[in-house]
Amino acid sequence: MTHILEVDRVGKRFGGLQALTNITFNLEEGEILGLIGPNGAGKTTLFNTINGVYSPEEGTILFRGKNVVGHKPYEMAKMGMSRTHQIVRPLKDLTVRENIMAGACFGHENHNLLAAGRIADEMMGFAGIKAKPDQLAGSLNVAQKKRLEMARALAAHPKLLLLDEVLAGLTPSEIDGMIKTILDIRKQGVTIIMIEHVMKAIMNVSDHLLVLDYGQKIAEGQPEEVVHNERVVEAYLGDPNMARRLMEEA
Amino acid sequence: MNPGGILTSLMDGLLIGVVYGIAAMGLTLIWGVMRVINLAHGAIISLGMFGVYLIFTNFGIHPYLALLLVALAGLLFGMLIYYITIARVINAPYLSTLLATFAINMIFIGLGTAVFTTTPRDAGFSLGNVSLGPVTLQGTRLVAALVTLLVTGGLYFFLYRTRPGKFVRAVANNRAAAELMGIPSARILALSFGIGTMLAAIAGGLIATFFSFNILSGDIYQQKSFIIGVLGGLGNPVGALLGGLILGALEGLLPLVMPNTWVPVIEFVLFIVILLVRPSGLLGGKSE
Amino acid sequence: MNKIASFHPGLWLALAVVAAIGIWPIPAQDAALREVSFTVLIAIVMATSLNVLMGYTGYVSFGHVVFYGLGGYVGMYLLNDYHAPLPLAILAGGAAAGLLAFLLGKAILKLRGAYFALVTIGVNEAMRTFISNFEPFGASTGIALQFSVYGAYGGAKQALWVVYYTIVGLALFGVLASYLIRHSKFGLGLMTIREDEDAAEVMGIVTPNTKTLAFVASAILPGMVGVLFFFKNGNVEPGDAFRLGVSIETLVMIMLGGQGTVMGPILGALGYQRLRGFLLTSPIFKNAQLVVAGILLLLIVLFIPAGAVGWLRQRFAWLRKVLA
Ligand SMILES: Nc1ncnc2c1ncn2[C@@H]1O[C@H](COP(=O)(O)OP(=O)(O)OP(=O)(O)O)[C@@H](O)[C@H]1O
Ligand SMILES: [Mg+2]
Repeated sequence: MTHILEVDRVGKRFGGLQALTNITFNLEEGEILGLIGPNGAGKTTLFNTINGVYSPEEGTILFRGKNVVGHKPYEMAKMGMSRTHQIVRPLKDLTVRENIMAGACFGHENHNLLAAGRIADEMMGFAGIKAKPDQLAGSLNVAQKKRLEMARALAAHPKLLLLDEVLAGLTPSEIDGMIKTILDIRKQGVTIIMIEHVMKAIMNVSDHLLVLDYGQKIAEGQPEEVVHNERVVEAYLGDPNMARRLMEEA
Repeated sequence: MNPGGILTSLMDGLLIGVVYGIAAMGLTLIWGVMRVINLAHGAIISLGMFGVYLIFTNFGIHPYLALLLVALAGLLFGMLIYYITIARVINAPYLSTLLATFAINMIFIGLGTAVFTTTPRDAGFSLGNVSLGPVTLQGTRLVAALVTLLVTGGLYFFLYRTRPGKFVRAVANNRAAAELMGIPSARILALSFGIGTMLAAIAGGLIATFFSFNILSGDIYQQKSFIIGVLGGLGNPVGALLGGLILGALEGLLPLVMPNTWVPVIEFVLFIVILLVRPSGLLGGKSE
Repeated sequence: MNKIASFHPGLWLALAVVAAIGIWPIPAQDAALREVSFTVLIAIVMATSLNVLMGYTGYVSFGHVVFYGLGGYVGMYLLNDYHAPLPLAILAGGAAAGLLAFLLGKAILKLRGAYFALVTIGVNEAMRTFISNFEPFGASTGIALQFSVYGAYGGAKQALWVVYYTIVGLALFGVLASYLIRHSKFGLGLMTIREDEDAAEVMGIVTPNTKTLAFVASAILPGMVGVLFFFKNGNVEPGDAFRLGVSIETLVMIMLGGQGTVMGPILGALGYQRLRGFLLTSPIFKNAQLVVAGILLLLIVLFIPAGAVGWLRQRFAWLRKVLA
């Protein structure tokens, strides 16, 4: 097996705040890595650092064998990395179809409009978007916006997909549907890192878990081991809400 | 050029610079509090000029007393403008506030041109000259600079020592948080716009005591306000005063080494370069 | 949308409106009507080209007139000092404007929102004050065309018609280009940037290049039109070439008609110029022309920020096909 992503001793600071410290992990092609941790642990920041939104002060990141530190987000996209945002960012005044087409046009496969249109039609079904193709994206509800966000990321046919809390705010049945979609994506050979607070879901879906707390990696391994790890429980105890969920759901 | 002449040019520049500074302060205060670039600023400056001029020439009221009236009118007028127009677009994309303030500018300039025409006016007011060693300064400019410093001090006292002033700073810092704390943000925004307008009117009124002007003159000072605002950091009122001094010094000294007509070229190139390299301003602390 | 052979009602309607405005004075060879159409067509070119940057890309520029002014100057310089043929002068004007946009774009398009708007004001003023000092372009007096230059076009009277036909062609071309851009992959990239520039980068859009290209695309036609206008005018001077008010009027036209649409800037330009013409000639409003325009602008901004076409498109979904 080859490593699609190698993160080595990465550190990221915001002024006085050390948001990430010495983060190291490898990701094998085709696996699903679950990224968990209390609020403010640095999960989204890690995504932003991996996909070039931020440049880390320390460490190296190899994506598909190439050091990508200092790369712009669009360079990462062209290399085959797609992501969703924790707070969805639909292109509000464009149609649902145009949103997805934009993903296909500018991602690493660089499709023309015609091909992008075909991909968009396909992705709408795959991602379970119920809206009409020519509806404006701004008019969708949250669950549909999340699916749109995912369809747009997938339309690029990425090698690595970063999913930031795509289950948050969904109803249990919507969660089940979304999980099915995620597993389908993996079946197509896409490697996935997903940030999630919904424990049950992430336990079921992930091959590995990585736990962040205060910008540090505090645990990594099989889901079963990790959730019973002492440091992890402790970290979540700082957040009673999460601790309760961890206990209930695990 | 003899040193006395250089010093006089520099002093003249600095004295007018602080007056530019107060106009810029109004602009930058409004930007800082509500992220609105007020394109009606120049029109207000013109109205301030006419205010002092008309009160002085028609009623013989002393220009500095007239200035007091103009300042008060500016405050109320600004609040009125805020409630009628800006309040409706304060949360819209920034183009809306730009165009709304520009529309107000058009209306004022249009009315002003219709009523006052564009013939130059001169208040014909003088306080004589003051000589300090080799430097000779116009009394009106000296007083204008003093008034500016007083007003700046007053603004600082208001912002840092009074309750509404603290509210203004809170709203500038984070409007949503300020609202959560129970600060009546709508009224504070109106007040801030009023103060910004008042500062523009005062600047105009002061300029009218020593320069001739017409209804279009405010535009030049609006542009200088932009340059100063960017020099000092948009949203930073002290910066505006320092920026005004810098611009004033440049305007005093540059003509000694180059033709007068090149001075604005330098100024605008400086403006562009600072915006590009340090949008927070030369004196502004935090960068974008 | 992608089938080349399919019917594009939005495009045909837009072209038809522009063609109608253009052809109107031709059969009667009416010089007065021609002047009216000329003004409207220039406005259409200015608004349509600015719309590429403002409506499609979301960057509000107060410096659009810079391209018009620079193009005008370059063209007039070539016409007057080198007796260049008019078509060459027009192309040179467009090229100069495009080059300026290219050089500026990379630098200033880094700024977003109001900061970009501000820097474009600075660019306009820097350009105006610089040209006022630039001796080859006649410094503050500008360039006045020798009358003999018109001789090559059958005298001044005939030259006016030549200019007019050219502007009709450029306006049609501009509208066609605007439509093609909007319905291209490039256009989709621009609109993605407009909606969310950070998301656009994450999706793989090379934003600095894409924005610069949009800026260049929006600059070329104004540069060409500037040559025509000042050639017809007979002279060019800094105050006319770089009048901030022209940029803002162009913004107003786009707002009036509806930004981001192909039809909006056309109708906005037509509406604005006709209104202005009416106000200027009306005995009651002549002095209050600016006031009325200001009130109108304020009302649009406060009550129909999407503009006429935008409003119609929001109201009546079926119109979206026709009003592209
Ligand atoms: N652009 C930024 N500038 C300054 N601080 C930031 C920035 N982005 C994130 N932070 C800070 O970095 C820390 C980590 O934030 P991050 O968003 O990565 O957390 P998270 O693990 O994704 O949390 P959540 O579960 O709430 O989404 C927080 O303290 C946050 O305030
Ligand atoms: Mg997060």
